[in-house]
Amino acid sequence: MRAFARLYERLDATTSTRAKVTAMADYFQHVPAADAGWAVFMLSGKRLKRLIGAAELRSWIAARSDVSPWLFEESYAHVGDLAETAVLLLADDERERRDLELSLAELIEDRLLPLRGSDEATRYAAVCDLWARLPIEQQFVCNKILTGAFRIGVSQRLLVRALEQASGIEDTVLAHRLMGHWEPGAAFYERLIAPDDGEADVSRPYPFFLASPLEEAPERLGHPVDWLGEWKWDGIRAQLVRRAGGCFIWSRGGELMSGRFPEVEAAAEPLPDGTVIDGELLAWRDDTALDFSLLQRRIGRKAPGATMLAKAPVHLMAYDLLEADGVDLREAPLQTRRKRLTGLVAACEDILLSPSVTAADWDGFSALREQARGRGAEGLMLKRLDSTYQVGRRRGDWWKWKVTPHTVDAVLIYAQAGHGRRSNLFTDYTFAVWDGSELVPIAKAYSGLTDAEIAELDRWIRRHTRERFGPVRSVEPTWVFELAFEGIHPSPRHKSGIAVRFPRIQRWRRDLAIDAADNLDDMRRLITD
Amino acid sequence: MTPATELIHLDDHGLYCPAGDFHVDPWRRVPRAVITHGHGDHARPGMGHYWAEASGLPILRKRLGRYAPIDGVAYGEPIPFGDVTVSLHSAGHILGSAQVRIEHEGRVWVVSGDFKRDADPTCPPFEVVPCEVFITEATFAYPVYRWPEGRDVAGEIHAWWQECAAAGRPAVLFSYALGKAQRILAELTHYTDAPVLLHGAMVDLVQIYRDAGVSMVPTTPVSDLGRKTDFAGRLVLAPPSAAGSKWLRRFKNAATGFASGWMQIRGNRRRRGYDRGFVLSDHADWPSLLQTIEDCGARRVLATHGNTDVLVRHLQELGIDAGPLRAPYGDAEDASQDEESIGGSGDESNTGDA
Repeated sequence: MRAFARLYERLDATTSTRAKVTAMADYFQHVPAADAGWAVFMLSGKRLKRLIGAAELRSWIAARSDVSPWLFEESYAHVGDLAETAVLLLADDERERRDLELSLAELIEDRLLPLRGSDEATRYAAVCDLWARLPIEQQFVCNKILTGAFRIGVSQRLLVRALEQASGIEDTVLAHRLMGHWEPGAAFYERLIAPDDGEADVSRPYPFFLASPLEEAPERLGHPVDWLGEWKWDGIRAQLVRRAGGCFIWSRGGELMSGRFPEVEAAAEPLPDGTVIDGELLAWRDDTALDFSLLQRRIGRKAPGATMLAKAPVHLMAYDLLEADGVDLREAPLQTRRKRLTGLVAACEDILLSPSVTAADWDGFSALREQARGRGAEGLMLKRLDSTYQVGRRRGDWWKWKVTPHTVDAVLIYAQAGHGRRSNLFTDYTFAVWDGSELVPIAKAYSGLTDAEIAELDRWIRRHTRERFGPVRSVEPTWVFELAFEGIHPSPRHKSGIAVRFPRIQRWRRDLAIDAADNLDDMRRLITD
Repeated sequence: MTPATELIHLDDHGLYCPAGDFHVDPWRRVPRAVITHGHGDHARPGMGHYWAEASGLPILRKRLGRYAPIDGVAYGEPIPFGDVTVSLHSAGHILGSAQVRIEHEGRVWVVSGDFKRDADPTCPPFEVVPCEVFITEATFAYPVYRWPEGRDVAGEIHAWWQECAAAGRPAVLFSYALGKAQRILAELTHYTDAPVLLHGAMVDLVQIYRDAGVSMVPTTPVSDLGRKTDFAGRLVLAPPSAAGSKWLRRFKNAATGFASGWMQIRGNRRRRGYDRGFVLSDHADWPSLLQTIEDCGARRVLATHGNTDVLVRHLQELGIDAGPLRAPYGDAEDASQDEESIGGSGDESNTGDA
């Protein structure tokens, strides 16, 4: 527990993703496998279920700390974190010596899990023993484990990177092994970091090639005949991997989404083994893209029911072919890949081929771009016909040319209650983008969400407030929103050095992790006038 | 409970004593002002005449100007205002800080000003003044606020400084320039006699404390050192307003810390983005507030400045006649909607020393 509490402190003390990865890797390298296994469990955001209810825990803290229930609630509201409130209210409890030394695995396996199903008196006594005897600096983490609210700004991707650093096992293998259901413990962790036996090769995707925003006039790109135009579809970028009789769907964030889109897997059935398609998952019906919000409702569903499947049918819109007949095609020119893709997709009734958009000149493309919205697209993609499939965001060969306005994916960091109709509801938000490893506020936005989304976000903000002072609350950086804005200009008055005009929320990007948010340099590049 | 029967009430200039015709810590111009201490939200310019505790005079002169009409009064010395007798009593908040005792026709009210009960080598300890009505501050009036010993916190600061030095980094510690900075410098004498570097806003104030005989570690103004100075391993004290400023850039790769009672709450530490938070406050914590109310024997308590509602309700539950005395300043819950002013960013009691 001492090591795990220290890890928590280190993760808590930094917003740098690199520092977080280093802290986790250090931890994994220095603790026994049983502890590491439980740490992976906690850091994955999994929780010990059916242990102690939140209401029960609140009443115990109030009782143990000897403050009136209302005063406990006021204190909790002031602190904004149940685990921390407990520490602060119980800190001067000197009834026992704080000499309890437990490992993380001992705490969970010997002290907490046996409490399942026991009566309240037994559980209360056991928890009070921890409160009285665990060293103060371990109380917070212990309470976090009890409350199940173990959020610390670590995405699955960071966790996997840390495990990779600690074990030398490749990230895709680790991600694969973390899929599905597992019981934490020493055996689990040892298996997790065992040498690669090739079991993950079957599912392994390629790193995504990402387009850069086109800021200059397209004329600068040369002659249109060298370029493939496509609609910039507005869904979830994904790779469909078909190998050894299996079908695996990966998100851009490195999340394996198999099982969530059974209709897509069914559609991929006719594809031969050794095929990898890059494309976009879209809610789609009758040749039309449905609203993104419908797709959103599918994102969180691990096993969608029949109603959901009927309401929001998802298709793969194929962009590119990365592997065919088990051969990596990424070095082949785009036109070759696309030709083979066209042939493959023709055999699959329910896989869509991203249509090519052609125009005689750039003015023609420009006019088409303005029609994008009407087609459920965000603009045009421009891809050089002889481009290879590269890794990450490389400028030069692939451009995204969105219809105006500009948009940015930014992270919600502060919320404030609105006024009038929106009073006592958190409707005024502050958003941030990355500046290196730091989130810097770039805009406040008040409009753009539906009432239902506002209500949902309001509830979430209340539960995930980091701290509150007066009307403003800061929240755990968790959610990415797409903001639209009309213009951008330098502003020495703002910490970010930029100010945007008329920012508003375009959409709640539940599909993006915060490390996928945009960065300040990209925004600065948009400054033209 | 009409103002006429109250020895003190709030008017739109501040706390007013009609029987003696003077204000305590007024925020608008009045002819007669009794000042509890030199923080900016308590000592404002433009009053007709000031009365304040003598040891705090240099601080007030710095804030209000050399020629401000101030009478310095020793702790306990009676000041007549007509039928009313006023005296100042140590509040333990900062150098020269005072509670105001007001006696009229056998009635005694005490205005606490900002106060604390914790040990502080830079000012005399809080004096318990028996009274009927106690007007108390309530900045940290939640049971989650319980301060560690100041000397232990200085030990943590010293250890952090050493860690930074070992890592070849400067350590920049933000703290309020008046009171907190000097308390840190004084407590550090238990751990080191190495010099500490000062931001310009602190230099005069530290000298005022030295002149008052407060023993502190040696200090050097940052401005005395050349631009090319290597600050690795040095401890620098700076006011919170210097965070994010150009001035700070010279301390390459600096670790940053903040010493404040607000640092008790993890969310504050995180939101302000400092590497370390040190829990050190010059205000009363929850147990001290309750202890003080019990010690002074007041049959009625009026709370102002901070989280008054919580304290009032708790006192009422204990059977004490308590109510809020709302002031239009320094009320954390009513703080302006400007993000920067939230989280006790100015001073714990708002605009503070700045």
